[in-house]
Amino acid sequence: MNEKFLHLMEKLFDDELTLEQKQEFNELLNSNELYKKEFEEQKRIKEVLNNMKLKNPSAELWDVYWEKTYNKIERGIGWLAVFIGTLILLGYASIEFVSQLYSDESIPFLIKFGTVSLVFGFLVILFSVFRERLFTFKTDKYKETQR
Amino acid sequence: MRKNKLFSPKLTKKEMNEFEIHVKHNMKRAYFTALGFVGSHDSAVDLSQEAFVRAYKNYKKFDNSKKFFTWYYKILKNLCLNFIRDSKKTEKKEFLLPVDDFLSPENPEIGYERKEIQKEVQEALFKLSDEDREIIILKEFQEISYKEIANLLEIPIGTVMSKLFYARKKLAKSLQGVLR
Repeated sequence: MNEKFLHLMEKLFDDELTLEQKQEFNELLNSNELYKKEFEEQKRIKEVLNNMKLKNPSAELWDVYWEKTYNKIERGIGWLAVFIGTLILLGYASIEFVSQLYSDESIPFLIKFGTVSLVFGFLVILFSVFRERLFTFKTDKYKETQR
Repeated sequence: MRKNKLFSPKLTKKEMNEFEIHVKHNMKRAYFTALGFVGSHDSAVDLSQEAFVRAYKNYKKFDNSKKFFTWYYKILKNLCLNFIRDSKKTEKKEFLLPVDDFLSPENPEIGYERKEIQKEVQEALFKLSDEDREIIILKEFQEISYKEIANLLEIPIGTVMSKLFYARKKLAKSLQGVLR
């Protein structure tokens, strides 16, 4: 499709054509049957779309919109604080548990080793989750969908 | 105003007030943009608000000399595209209405027919790619100027016009029955 014709047609739809451009558009339109066909199709689809509108939500939505957005911001901060707190306490409790376990000589070595391995694995997973959360909090994880 | 302050260690009081004004000023456009992308009221409310939350978290990065909505639009668009990618396709798409004089014809048969057209247009819009639907929603339903669309999508005005033409053409292909 001729770019000039296409741009003039779009401007015509927006009522932005100067007299000269209108004349130029009409000349192009009359010079080619394909242009006429395309113009009619575009005009018709615009008519169909102009008879529709986006559904309006209830007016109350706008009254509470900011309040709800504010609540989401507040909760986000709250959840982050809860997450960090949980991580610190669980980490501390795990270390305390392991040191007490090791000081108890009545527990067999194999049980001690198994428990330490379990706690170590748990801490690594916790750290990994924390790092991931922190990373996604600081960076835009939606980059891949950008054009 | 119920709350004047937002709890944040990062933003100053002035920035917080500015942010609140931005939300109130842009919430309708934000909602309708999300509605055009995802086609459902509940998701459009959630996504537009979630995008404001993300905008709040990154507000320090916002260049105040630029338009807030242009910056916010990218966050919202990415959220919507991810939502579409991740969500199951079962959510009911209902986001269009006939304009008033088109809706209340004297003849009920014509009314039924028009309701059918509305459904077909909705379905046809969702058969388009996200990119094509986006540009049609911005221009034909939100009535945003070519210049502003060019700013939002970061493409030249000429490209906006071409994309619109081809998007309408694809839509016309799906709506052959309606256009006859």
